[in-house]
Amino acid sequence: MIPLSYYLLLSGILFACGVLGFLIKRNIITIFMSIELMLNGVNLAFVAFAAHWHALAGQVFVFFVMVVAAAEAAVGLAIIIAVYRTRDTLNVDRVNLLKL
Amino acid sequence: MTPKTLSPLLCTIPLLPLAGAAINGFFGRKASKKAISAVALMFCGAAFAMALFIAANFSSASAPYSFNLAHWIRSGIFSVDFDFYLDQLSLVMLLVVTGVGFLIHIYSVGYMWEDDGYYRFMSYMNLFMFFMLALVLAKNYLVLFIGWEGVGLASYLLIGYWFTKDSAAAAGKKAFIVNRIGDFGFLIALFLMIKYFGSLDFTHIFTAVRTLPTESGGAGLLTAIGLLLMVGAAGKSAQIPLYVWLPDAMEGPTPVSALIHAATMVTAGVYMVARSSAIFERAPMALTVVAIVGTLTALFAATIGIAQTDIKKVLAYSTISQLGYMFMACGVGAFSAGIFHLMTHAFFKGLLFLAAGSVIHGIGGEQDMRKMGGLRVYMPWTFLTMGIATLAIAGIPPFAGFWSKDEILWRAFGASWVYWLIGVVTAFITSFYMFRLMYMTFGGEYRRAAVQELHGHDDRDKTHAARTGVSAPHGHGEPHESPWVMLAPLVALAVLSVFGGFVGYGNRFEHFLAPVFHGASEVAQETSREAGNSTLEYLLMGVSISVAGLGWLLAHLLYSRRPQLPVRIAASLGGLYRAVANKYYVDELYSVLFVKPVVDGSTEILWHDVDQGAIDATVNNSAAAARHVSDNVRYMQSGNLRSYAGWVAAGAAVVIAYMVWMGVR
Amino acid sequence: MAGAINLLVQSHPINSALSLIVVMAALAAEYLLLGAEFVAAVQVIVYAGAIMVLFVITIMLLNAGKEERTKGSRAAILLGVPGVAIGGVLVAWTLLNRPNAEAVPIGALQGDPHAIARLLFHDFLLPFEVTSVLILIAIMGAVVLASRPEGAARGARKDEG
Repeated sequence: MIPLSYYLLLSGILFACGVLGFLIKRNIITIFMSIELMLNGVNLAFVAFAAHWHALAGQVFVFFVMVVAAAEAAVGLAIIIAVYRTRDTLNVDRVNLLKL
Repeated sequence: MTPKTLSPLLCTIPLLPLAGAAINGFFGRKASKKAISAVALMFCGAAFAMALFIAANFSSASAPYSFNLAHWIRSGIFSVDFDFYLDQLSLVMLLVVTGVGFLIHIYSVGYMWEDDGYYRFMSYMNLFMFFMLALVLAKNYLVLFIGWEGVGLASYLLIGYWFTKDSAAAAGKKAFIVNRIGDFGFLIALFLMIKYFGSLDFTHIFTAVRTLPTESGGAGLLTAIGLLLMVGAAGKSAQIPLYVWLPDAMEGPTPVSALIHAATMVTAGVYMVARSSAIFERAPMALTVVAIVGTLTALFAATIGIAQTDIKKVLAYSTISQLGYMFMACGVGAFSAGIFHLMTHAFFKGLLFLAAGSVIHGIGGEQDMRKMGGLRVYMPWTFLTMGIATLAIAGIPPFAGFWSKDEILWRAFGASWVYWLIGVVTAFITSFYMFRLMYMTFGGEYRRAAVQELHGHDDRDKTHAARTGVSAPHGHGEPHESPWVMLAPLVALAVLSVFGGFVGYGNRFEHFLAPVFHGASEVAQETSREAGNSTLEYLLMGVSISVAGLGWLLAHLLYSRRPQLPVRIAASLGGLYRAVANKYYVDELYSVLFVKPVVDGSTEILWHDVDQGAIDATVNNSAAAARHVSDNVRYMQSGNLRSYAGWVAAGAAVVIAYMVWMGVR
Repeated sequence: MAGAINLLVQSHPINSALSLIVVMAALAAEYLLLGAEFVAAVQVIVYAGAIMVLFVITIMLLNAGKEERTKGSRAAILLGVPGVAIGGVLVAWTLLNRPNAEAVPIGALQGDPHAIARLLFHDFLLPFEVTSVLILIAIMGAVVLASRPEGAARGARKDEG
């Protein structure tokens, strides 16, 4: 019997790790992976609540989240490849053409 | 001629010169001098002809005529329209203004012919006529005020006509500003009238005023209004303490001095006081103030006139002094006597100024009397006409000035012998300085040597050129008579100065104006009854004549027989003479008391502290602050992905904190 | 959790990818504990199997090396880390202070595919169709973005060939 809050705590920790990774890491791909980590953490929270409240809709939603994550990963990686071709670097600090 | 057909003609009188001013002003730059003169004279002459026509058809029985030209202000119960009005008083003023004005226009054609800005001058002169006529023919105080302000404007434009000359520009400014001070008082009087009578219309106000009791005890509404109106009149008509602009106004061309500062504009104050006679009658304190101011000014200005060496300045102070007489007359309730003197003064003072202009023109721009002399040989007509005017102003019968001045002195005696005495002393001084002027200018030998050496200097030639617009000096060394275009008005005015006084013979003038002043004539009749019988009247008349003669005699002694005496007397009087010659240092006093503090305060406080320090600083600093803020905010847009993420995380933390807090509450 | 922390710590992206796979596997186990078998299966197949493979392919394609040290962003460190810390602490505090709900028994839930399918194709039909369109668009977008420009493609083929 694992209390719900433990699941949520883990979910929060995963999410926090994801955000930290996003902030700290310099490699674009690693940043993307941190985003996936965040999404996973959220998925865990969804499933936990679905189990807690006996609502299957939570699991369905997890399904959708995964679909979206997949799509986003595909497109994002394509963008990274395109950026790599032009800027020839994977360092996010170098890709700063958007500045004022 | 019925009022119905006569009244509409009233509004054409001011509008004619306005048309002339507009035509000359807009199209005159390229026009020929002949065309400009024709336009100006035509419109001014038309106004005069119209005035004569109306005068011929005027009947006291159907007076007053009034005509409503257009609506103007309708605000609740308060309404003011462009109304024109003609009664006996306005008729007199109308004839004087158009007649003398027309003559002076003719004169200016000759005097200003060589000036480059000729069209401008004629345009301004016509403009002045428009405003003055609007003033005289107004039916309410607001239209009168339009004319009042307008003649002030025209005066400024014309005094500063040679605007490239610093002193002329400054004199124009001074005239306008001092006038404005008077206008301030005038405006407050108007506000009081609006508040308490609900209207500015003459008929309305005077009917209402006549129902009010006389404020014998002193201060009251009518006294306040009267005093404030007097402030305005003091500004416009150059009385103490607002007279300082008039001597400086001599910077303008001589026809301007003749028209505006002798015959018409400065008399606007007297006209206004006379028009408001109903108010003043019921405010004895205000009336006394008017009389005192007038008397003191008369004496004060006359004393300054003794020591002046510039011919126009003598005449300027003489004008101030004679205006003082007019106010003295109004102040003792003899309004018609004041207007009578106004009329005769217009004749002889206008003539004096025009003749002085003729002298100045004839000797090439010189105005200092010490450099003149013996000009009767070279300018006989000018000498003759100026002589007639001098006799008139000195009050020697049977010339015009005698009748009007004597009338005033007689009425003044009825009020208080103090007024009379000061008036007589002033008459003596007037006679003295006028004949002094005559002797210095026309008598003796032409002080040619003094003139010749000045003509060697460049600045003298330039001044002459600036005044008359010619590049090469003409006729130097040989004074010459003026052309007939300038002499004809002199002769016309001389005739009027001789015969103009007979209008008042046997109290005819007073009876003519009686319907306007019907209250005042009662007051004046009382005073005349108090004064006694006609023996006393003849006695006083004799006194004034003899006084005039004494003045003449003294002038003759000092300036004809023993010309070296005046210098010795001046030297022995030392400080007193210097004070008088420097106009008692009044201008300097004003400068220290009023002008300098205002200018300094304005510069230091308003300009530096308020304008630059507060207002500019606010604007500049807010702009600088905006720039600083944006400079710092700029760093947010670094294009750096991670900093964006950082901001997002921080924002998310804030939101989470808020939600937790809300949940906990 | 270990995997997550390892992701942060590792400097070479491929190592981070591998640790992420570890995280996903662990999560699949968690889902099983919660009785969500279908979700667990999908997690392994889709997430760990497809997406992470994609990541690994990209890393190897681009020859991503160790992370170099560049000038970081001050704002990120200054703002973000405290932000995360605060957020995390707040959430944790909230969770831990709540009276604990009743625990979830293992396998208590019916997470079988049958029930999920019914939900998916009845109640959530519209989102399902929309996500399929989304995937279609994503595929097109990925293809377009990742394709080489015309001339360079031929040139590259020539070099290789």
